[in-house]
Amino acid sequence: MAPDERGGSARSSPRLRVNGIDHPVALDRDRSLLYVLREELGLTGTKYGCGEGECGACKVLIDGVAVRSCMTPVGEAVGRSITTIEGLADGERLHPVQEAFLEAGAFQCGYCTPGMILAVVALLSRTPHPTDPEVRAGLDGNLCRCGGYLRILEATRNASERLAPTRREAP
Amino acid sequence: MSSARAAHGPLDLLDPKERPYFDRYGNGLVVVLPPQRPGPSGWGRGGPPHGGAWIHLGADGTARAFTGKVEVGQGTRTALALLVAEELGLPLSSVDLTTGDTDACPWDMGTFGSRSMADAGEHLKMTAAAARAVLCAIAADRLGVAPSDVRLSDGNAWASGAPPVALRDLVKGLRRVEVVGPGVRPRTPTEWTRAGHPAANLAGREVVTGALRYTSDLRLPGMLHGKILFPPSCGATLRKVDLGRAQALPGVTVVHDGELVAVAAPDLLRARAALSAIRAEWTTSPQPSEKEIVDYLRAHPAEGEDTWDVVHHEVGDVEGALASAAVSLHATYTTAYIAHTPMETHAVVAAWDAGRLTVWLGSQTPFRSRDAISDALELSPAQVRVVVPPTGSGFGGKHAAELAVVAARLARAAGHPVRIAYTREEEFSRAYLRPMAVIDVRSGAAKDGTLLAWEFHDLNAGSAAARTPYTVANQKVDNQPAESPLAQGSYRALAATANNFARESHMDELAARVGADPVEYRLRHLDDDRLAAVLRAVAERAGWTARPAGASTPSGSGCGIAVGVEKGGRVATFAEVRVGADRRVEVVRVVTGYECGAIVHPTNLRSQVEGGTVMALGGALFEAIHFENGKILNPKLSEYRVPRFRDVPPIDVVLLDRPDLPSQGAGETPLIALAPAIANAIFDATGVRLRSLPLVPDGTVP
Repeated sequence: MAPDERGGSARSSPRLRVNGIDHPVALDRDRSLLYVLREELGLTGTKYGCGEGECGACKVLIDGVAVRSCMTPVGEAVGRSITTIEGLADGERLHPVQEAFLEAGAFQCGYCTPGMILAVVALLSRTPHPTDPEVRAGLDGNLCRCGGYLRILEATRNASERLAPTRREAP
Repeated sequence: MSSARAAHGPLDLLDPKERPYFDRYGNGLVVVLPPQRPGPSGWGRGGPPHGGAWIHLGADGTARAFTGKVEVGQGTRTALALLVAEELGLPLSSVDLTTGDTDACPWDMGTFGSRSMADAGEHLKMTAAAARAVLCAIAADRLGVAPSDVRLSDGNAWASGAPPVALRDLVKGLRRVEVVGPGVRPRTPTEWTRAGHPAANLAGREVVTGALRYTSDLRLPGMLHGKILFPPSCGATLRKVDLGRAQALPGVTVVHDGELVAVAAPDLLRARAALSAIRAEWTTSPQPSEKEIVDYLRAHPAEGEDTWDVVHHEVGDVEGALASAAVSLHATYTTAYIAHTPMETHAVVAAWDAGRLTVWLGSQTPFRSRDAISDALELSPAQVRVVVPPTGSGFGGKHAAELAVVAARLARAAGHPVRIAYTREEEFSRAYLRPMAVIDVRSGAAKDGTLLAWEFHDLNAGSAAARTPYTVANQKVDNQPAESPLAQGSYRALAATANNFARESHMDELAARVGADPVEYRLRHLDDDRLAAVLRAVAERAGWTARPAGASTPSGSGCGIAVGVEKGGRVATFAEVRVGADRRVEVVRVVTGYECGAIVHPTNLRSQVEGGTVMALGGALFEAIHFENGKILNPKLSEYRVPRFRDVPPIDVVLLDRPDLPSQGAGETPLIALAPAIANAIFDATGVRLRSLPLVPDGTVP
C-alpha cells in the first residue's frame, strides 16, 4: 500500500481519516482516539462515559467495526477509516438505523445514543437479521442508564427490516 | 430601561409587568402567570411556591413558552410543549419552549419530586388558555363576532362566515402584556387533539445525529480544563500541600483556598499532569464501614435539615392492638447506598464577562444553583446566569452547585472560561449517593388476616410513601434522618422505593402468615379506588391466579405482586422469577400498571415507565456502593453493576388513562413497586424471604 493511502506520506505527519476527511494528528501514547475526536477535532457526538470500555458511549466504527474509542490509542486508528455519529447520515438523509431510533423513540436523555446507534450499525452489517438474544448479546457492552433497552431492541428490529427486508413468499 | 438590561439579566427578578419581553423577543402579545411566593411557613395554601410561566406570541407565529423546570432526559419538554400547542391550536413545531435559563425563565425550586407535569404543566396550560382567550377576543373584534364564536386551529383564528386570520397577524405590532386572571378555562382532556396523542420527542434528530451539545460538549474560545484535588477518603482534611511543581507548568492556573485545591490548563492532558504534580498530605480519621453501617445509622440520629420531609402519623392505640392481635410480625428491611450513575457525569463551563458570570451546568436546580453560586462568590443573583444545556440524565443526582463554584473561581483566577467534567471515578466517589435506609415494621392482624396494628419507622430514607394506603385502625408511622458517613442526597423515587419495599414485602409476609392470596389480601384493605383499579388491571394482564402467598412447596418458579401510591400516581407491579438449581435468579417477566391522571404524552409516558422499571431493577437486584473506612471500594462501571441488555426481561406496561383527573408525573412512582414484587416472587419460588436491597448482589438466593 502506498504511504498516502495509509493516511500520511513519510515526510508529512500521520493522518487520521474521519468521516472521509483526513486530519493531521500527533501520535503519543496518552492520546486515545476518543480524546483526539472530541478535544482536537471537535467531534463531540462521540461521548465519554467511563474511560474503561464498560459503557459503549464512545463507540465509533473503524473499518465498519464498532470499537471503544476510549480504549483505542489514536495510533491504532491511523490509516484506517473511522466513522463517527456525525458521519453516519448521508447529508440530510438519515441512516436507516438513525431513522429507526427516531421512530421507536429509542432514547431519553440521548447521551448513550451515538454509541448505541453505531453499535447497531455494526451489528446489522455483521448479522443482518439478528434474533432478539443476538441483539441483546451484541449490544450488551452499551449502557443506557435511562433504561431504554426495549425501545432500542424495537428500533434494531425495524432497522434490520429496513436495511435488508425479509423476502416474502409470493402469494 | 437600558438596552443592556433588556438584553441581559434575569427576568424573574423583575415585576411580571415590567420585564423587557418585547426588547428581547420582539413585538407581540405576552401572557404571564404571576409567581406564587412561599408562605410564611413554607408551602402556601396553593401548593409549592412557583415562579409562574409566560408565553410570548410574536409576529413570526411562534409561541415562545417559558418554564422554570428543566429537561434532563425525562422527556417533559415535549409533553409541556404539547399542552401549549393544544391550548393555542398550534402545531407542535410552532411552540418554542425555553427551559433552564435563569435569565429567561420563571423562577423554580427545582426539577424533582415528579412535579413537572403537576406544576409546570398546569401553569403553562393556564397561561396558554389565557392567551387563547385574549387572541379570541382580538380576533372577535377584528371579525365582528362574539369571542365565543372564535376558535383557534392550525395557527389561525376561525369564525364561521369569515376568512381565517393568522395568529401572527393578530399580534402584529402589539406590545401588550396580560396577566392571567381568574376564570381561565383550559380545554378538558376529552377535547384534546394534540395532547394525549402519540408524539415524537423534540430534538430527536439532533440526538441521533450527535449534533446535540451537552454541557460536557461545550467549547468556548480560550477555554481551559479544570481538575479538582479530592481527598483520598471521606472525612480526610488537607494537612500540607506543595503546589510548586504544578504552578511551574506553562499555562497552568492553580487555586488554593483552605480545603480547595484546583487547577486549570489549556487542555485536559495538561490539567491531569498539573493535578498529579501536586504533593498533598492528608489527615484522616476512622470512618464507619459497610459491615457496621446499620448499627451506626441507628446510633446516629440527625436533626432533619429538610423539616418538610418528615412524617409523624399516629391514630388509635398501636401497642394495645399489637398486644391483643392473633397474628403479629416484626421485621427490618434495609436498602443500600446506590449511585445515580448518569451517563453524562457532572459537568460545568463557567465564563466571566464584565463582572457577570455565566455558568452552563448540567443541573436539576438552576435557580437554587444561581443563589448558591452568587452566595459563594459574594455576587448578587442578578450577576449570575445559569444555563442548563441538554443533560445526560440526572435521576436526582444533579442538585449541587459546588462544581460550578470551583469552575467560576478557576475562571476568575485564569481570566479564561473553565470547563470541569467529572471522570467516572470522580462521579462515583464525589457525587452524593442514594441514602441507605433501615425500616422497622411491626404489625398485628386478626385471625382472618384483618390488619389491626401497623407501626412503621423509617430511618434515613425520608417520608415519601411511608404512610400506608391500607386501612388500619391503629397505626404509627414516622421517619428519622441519620448522620450518614457517605455523602447522600436526592435520588429518583428515593424514600418511596425504600418505604414501599418494606411495606409491600411485609404485607406479603402477613398474607403468607394468614394464608391469604396476595392480591385479595391487598384489595381487602384498600379503599383507594384508583390504586385498586391499577392492581386489578395488572393482576388480570399478568394472568394472576389466586393462591396463598408463598408456596408451601417451593417450585423454583414464582410470582409476586406489589402496589404503591406516591406523588399523585398509582402503580402496581407483577414479577415472575425463576430460581435455578444453582440458586441463580432470573426475572422472567414484569407487568407494570400505572395511572397518573390524564395522559399528556403517551409515547413518553410508556418510555418513562419502562425505563424506570429498568432502573429499579438494578437497585432491586444488584446495585450497591461498597465502602470501608471512608473509601468507596467500587467507583468504576466495571465494579458497580448497572442494568444491561442481558438483565432486562420483557416489560408489559399497562397505562390507565383518567381524563377526568389532573395530570401527574411519571418519573418516579413507576419504580417503587418493582423491588417488593421481585422479593415476593423469590419468596413464592423458594420460601426464602429477602429483606435487604439489593436482593441478590451476587445473583443468587442464599
